[in-house]
Amino acid sequence: MKALSIQNLTKTYSNGFAALKEIDLHVEEGDFFALLGPNGAGKSTTIGIITSLVTKTSGSVKVFDTDIDADSELAKSYIGLVPQEFNFNGFEQVKHILVTQAGYYGMPAKVAEPRADELLHQLGLWEKRHTAARALSGGMKRRLMIARALVHKPKLLILDEPTAGVDIELRRSMWTFLENINQQGTTIILTTHYLEEAENLCRNIAIIDKGKIIENTDMKSLLNRLDKETFVLYLQDPIPSDFVLENISHQLIDNTTLEVEINRDDGLNHLFSLLSKQNIEVCSMKNKANRLEELFLSLVEKSEATL
Amino acid sequence: MTSQFSRRQVAFTTLLIREIRRFLRIWPQTLLPPAITMTLYFIIFGNLIGSRIGEMGGFSYMEYIAPGIIMMSVINNAYANVASSFYSAKFQSHIEELLVAPVPNYLILAGYVAGGTARGLCVGLIVTIVSLFFTSIEIQHLFITISMVVLSAIMFALGGFINAIYARSFDEISIIPTFILTPMTYLGGVFYSISLLPEFWQNVSLLNPILYMVNAFRFGMLGVSDIAVEIAFSIILVCITALTSFALYLLNKGTGIRN
Repeated sequence: MKALSIQNLTKTYSNGFAALKEIDLHVEEGDFFALLGPNGAGKSTTIGIITSLVTKTSGSVKVFDTDIDADSELAKSYIGLVPQEFNFNGFEQVKHILVTQAGYYGMPAKVAEPRADELLHQLGLWEKRHTAARALSGGMKRRLMIARALVHKPKLLILDEPTAGVDIELRRSMWTFLENINQQGTTIILTTHYLEEAENLCRNIAIIDKGKIIENTDMKSLLNRLDKETFVLYLQDPIPSDFVLENISHQLIDNTTLEVEINRDDGLNHLFSLLSKQNIEVCSMKNKANRLEELFLSLVEKSEATL
Repeated sequence: MTSQFSRRQVAFTTLLIREIRRFLRIWPQTLLPPAITMTLYFIIFGNLIGSRIGEMGGFSYMEYIAPGIIMMSVINNAYANVASSFYSAKFQSHIEELLVAPVPNYLILAGYVAGGTARGLCVGLIVTIVSLFFTSIEIQHLFITISMVVLSAIMFALGGFINAIYARSFDEISIIPTFILTPMTYLGGVFYSISLLPEFWQNVSLLNPILYMVNAFRFGMLGVSDIAVEIAFSIILVCITALTSFALYLLNKGTGIRN
């Protein structure tokens, strides 16, 4: 079954701006799906329409085969949303926010309270359960938004840049948490600007730009399309001025840092044998950019060139 | 069907509890000021000035104005509660918590209006208790008194909701109470009987819906009124129906809350 099925979705704002232009998008049940795109591409509008925060101009949206227009209550009951901006009442206590949200989904307090307690423990907010939400740190506020979205046990969790402004340690713990709930059967749709996050977590991906889906495939096939990778090599000693790297595009950043572009089919052995022959010792190396990032940029550039 | 009914019932109760918790949490802003203001009304208008005015409608001036003052506090607080709560929810974006949840628009409206009515009645009770320090109250028609105060609170809570839907700043939720609601209340027979006015102004006063509420409530408490109680009930029910339909129309259209 499809967790989400979007067909010919169009959104034109009252000022004439076309945010979405007849997009089609399908997400399978149980998937961990990335929806990527530059700022203003239409990601948040798409999410807004799925969750009824934005009214669509035309097209259809189905959540677990339920049309959001035909039975909006049922469709909404399947979805949990973690929006980009903090949107809870800062004056309310953390636990009240969760129990109240559960109540909106029809969970009576005697069911909602233990569920809220469980999430507060899982997301490290238990000690803050009686604190007003505005007094939480940025990371805690993000976790509160995730707890709130999960309190009614949604089948489809939509996260709109959930780790924006979150430190790396917390980001990684959130990844683990999200992977766990996905393994337990929750379908997840993620938008993020951290492409490493999408590459690590998601199995399928769609890229949206200027209101159109420019790519929709599985992550493996997309990454396989990457024909070149750029590496940065850190050298033991300053590189001799007469060094030669035939047929390999390269650039010297400084006398101990070398940037090389390798064709995917060539592999790295040839590069290392050339360096080794010239007694150039490599201490360490890294990808210049995340692989998905390179693809993302090239796809968006291509899309802009054709529009 | 039953599960949908019980789910909606839980959602409504949750919203109502949240609204009640909100005005109780900020009681120095919501419950205390009307108690102090109305005490001053009783002291100044009822006691100091009223003792020189003498009787009105066969009652001491203090007895005569007490129902109007109670009704005025109910109306103002029912309106203010919904206007400020719903606008704050829009302003802080936490209205989205409700919009993404499976809560039908009529339940959102019902929850906020019930919250406003609860505050109006709570303040009305406080002011009634305050009034007992200045005058004795014997309710003549209990059903009319209670139904009139509840319907008036509902009507003005609906007004506050519509105001909040259109408001784009906190200033815009105080304009109507300041420039429309307060003058209408003062000219709605709270402090005088319209029989004291020249005929032209009596007729003008009949266009003011608050006049009907104050007088019907006064009839419930004291047994005297400038207008027929049946007309008052009819007007309020028509107003409630019209305001409910309009508020639901705005909610369904997404005015002020959806892009």
